[in-house]
Amino acid sequence: MAESTLQAPVPVIVKKKASESALVRVAKYMVVRLLTMAFTVVIGLYLTILFANMGGYVDEIRRGDIRENVQQQVMNDRNLKNLTGDQRNVLIKDRIASEERRLGLDRPFAIRSFAFLKDAITLNLGFAEYMNAANGSRQVKIIVLERLPSTLLLFGTINIVLFFATLFAALSLSRQYGSWLDKLIVGLSPMSAAPSWFYGIFLILIFAAILQWLPFGSMVDSPPPENKIDYALSLAKHLILPSLAIALNQVAYSIYASRTFFLIYSSEDYVDMAKAKGLTSRDIERKYVLRPTLPTNITSFAFLLIGVWSGAPIFEGVFNWPGLGQTQLIAAGLFDTPVIVGTTVIFAYLLAITVFLLDFVYALVDPRVKIGSESTAQ
Amino acid sequence: MNSTRRFFAEISQYPSALLGLSLILALVVTSIYTLIAIPYPEAIRLWRGDEGVWYKTPRTAQPIWMNWFLEDDLPETVSFNTADGQGVKTEEYSNDTNKIFISFPFEYNSKSFPQELSIYFTAEYEIKEPFVSVKMITPDGREINIDNFAVSNTQTYRFSQDQKLKRLLRGISPEQGIFLDPASTKENPIALPGTYELQIQGIAFEKGSTVDAEFVVYGQVYGWAGTDHKRRDLTIPLLWGGPIALAFGLLAAFGTTIATMIIAAFGTWYGGWIDETIQRITEVNLVLPFFSILIMIGTFYSKNLWITLLAVVALSIFGGGIKGYRAVFLQTKESPYIEAARAYGASNTRIVMHYLVPRIIPLLIPQLVILIPANVFLEASLTLVGLGDPILPTWGKVIQEGVRNGALLHGQYYWVLEPSVILLITGLSFALVGFSMDRIFNPRLRGV
Repeated sequence: MAESTLQAPVPVIVKKKASESALVRVAKYMVVRLLTMAFTVVIGLYLTILFANMGGYVDEIRRGDIRENVQQQVMNDRNLKNLTGDQRNVLIKDRIASEERRLGLDRPFAIRSFAFLKDAITLNLGFAEYMNAANGSRQVKIIVLERLPSTLLLFGTINIVLFFATLFAALSLSRQYGSWLDKLIVGLSPMSAAPSWFYGIFLILIFAAILQWLPFGSMVDSPPPENKIDYALSLAKHLILPSLAIALNQVAYSIYASRTFFLIYSSEDYVDMAKAKGLTSRDIERKYVLRPTLPTNITSFAFLLIGVWSGAPIFEGVFNWPGLGQTQLIAAGLFDTPVIVGTTVIFAYLLAITVFLLDFVYALVDPRVKIGSESTAQ
Repeated sequence: MNSTRRFFAEISQYPSALLGLSLILALVVTSIYTLIAIPYPEAIRLWRGDEGVWYKTPRTAQPIWMNWFLEDDLPETVSFNTADGQGVKTEEYSNDTNKIFISFPFEYNSKSFPQELSIYFTAEYEIKEPFVSVKMITPDGREINIDNFAVSNTQTYRFSQDQKLKRLLRGISPEQGIFLDPASTKENPIALPGTYELQIQGIAFEKGSTVDAEFVVYGQVYGWAGTDHKRRDLTIPLLWGGPIALAFGLLAAFGTTIATMIIAAFGTWYGGWIDETIQRITEVNLVLPFFSILIMIGTFYSKNLWITLLAVVALSIFGGGIKGYRAVFLQTKESPYIEAARAYGASNTRIVMHYLVPRIIPLLIPQLVILIPANVFLEASLTLVGLGDPILPTWGKVIQEGVRNGALLHGQYYWVLEPSVILLITGLSFALVGFSMDRIFNPRLRGV
């Protein structure tokens, strides 16, 4: 849409008016869309904060910890031995109060939750309570950014390779409908019923435990090789089993789903028409089958990206992969609220950006979807 | 009725669906059998493994069928109890002393050594404890004096913990030293197969005082499923995992799909802000960290399976499914028959529940069937991160305990493989049926 308005050659009055309104429409749409996305992110983050603090229950636990610590300290302090019981109680109360004030626990959770929300929105992720980054830093931002590359490396490479591989495999398979290969893929598609970590356990059992060809898990050998080439080789070796596990879970089903989709599209009348005109099968595939399915494929690609951002807690746990998913798992186990909220904040932002971009890419590839037109139904 | 018959006629054309259906049927039958044969309190008691429940089973023993694949059979577990009339027990009372003789002859036909040997004594006396001496007679006629000691009311004698006996056997631990073939080399010790006899001679010093003994040879294989690190027979969780998985999978799948469908139907029908709100909730739901929330609920509130189930359903209702249903409802909404219903004055609820919803059921059923294994695996996933129900024996629990206790590192593959294979078969059977149903209900998927 935007492109065609930019290329509008001569400033004919009527056309100009139309292009202006189109621009306004696009701008309006963008604003509305941005607002709704922001709203979604804010609500999502607030709910996450509520959940991660269990509606203030975590505060109770922390208060209990403080009380116990202060009492221990006072009891064990020799200088305070000769205080009377009353004096000691006053002292304990004072120290608890000051410790709670230091941690901000003196304000009610309802108020603090909004302070948390503000911090989260402004990406002021704060400090972790128990976890730390490799360099010892307690900053949530550093912890998350440190783990993000491992997740991106693992899921990014595998999923992008798988996405394009399955797309083209499906395209060629849709031409061989009913062949043994086609039947095999249809037969194997229920394999997606089991999650990838499940195949991971099998693969670890076979290749790591019994055959001892490949490592049980983690990202590189320990200690990590100094040499860059050795490092890359070690990384590649550790990537094999996780990739295979994801492939076993996805390949057959993705090919089956896209193949079916292509089959449906290649039965349309305009494809028959193209065949009747005598176009080459390459042209038919590209211009008449692949083109109309582009929006759907882009959607699935976008959802794939969203999946890549978030990682997969259990999968990373099984393979001991130091990514975001594993971080979430550890953080949840330690009740490290700032880290849980931090990972969610980053995820929410990435998600919002992906969805927002998706809307525009849609409009570019699918002429039926009109930006800013009355019905914004997707 | 007619349509049901037609459905079965159609599905019988898909061999994979038939396979899946028969597997599901087998699973259901086994589950019902399990529920009757091992009632819930009994299963919980066995799985909790209180003291005295699993003392007769070896630790992490492989299943019996492993012997089918091995050239040299691994020893099985045998136990004899004189209180149950097993073995030979004679008593001879004279001069205020009761002479007791107990003999346990047993076949030992393996070249591997047993895991452990134990005798559990129970004695009856008023003041003075009876005294026993234990010896073992090997197939080649040697006599090994095990130990002599006084027996209190209940006493356990473990061969492996007897240092005196170990010294007597030249430093070889007793469970090996007793069975060692004298002809075998030190580098490659082999057990001597044949008939062994454990003899216990006891003297009781009061009238009516006696000793009973239970002798257990812990083998390296046990039962059809093997045992875990707490000596529990794995058949219990493998059998009981079935009904639990089915219940969880079915309830979660039903709860989620039906709630999602009804919400999508109402949203599309009323449109406007209701539809808009539902759409926004779906997007918010996408942002929420599903797993972290489940973990928090598990750690703070309860690990109870049914609470987890509720949380899973609550978090998945506004999942991706809503958009799919919405698209179909948007189309259906414009159909003439809906307009007709409106014209004769049908209420909104009536239109949604009686005219819109039934329209989507053919689409829904395959989805539902495919969702079942997803939820069965979800339960296993949650258990794997330590959020499993602490009292219920489930498949996921077995996998988790196996992985955590190094089953893969120590070569105890049966421990992880058995529940995994059962899970896989369960998942596949539902998926096979679901995919076939999808093709039957959606003719467009059958290809061109």
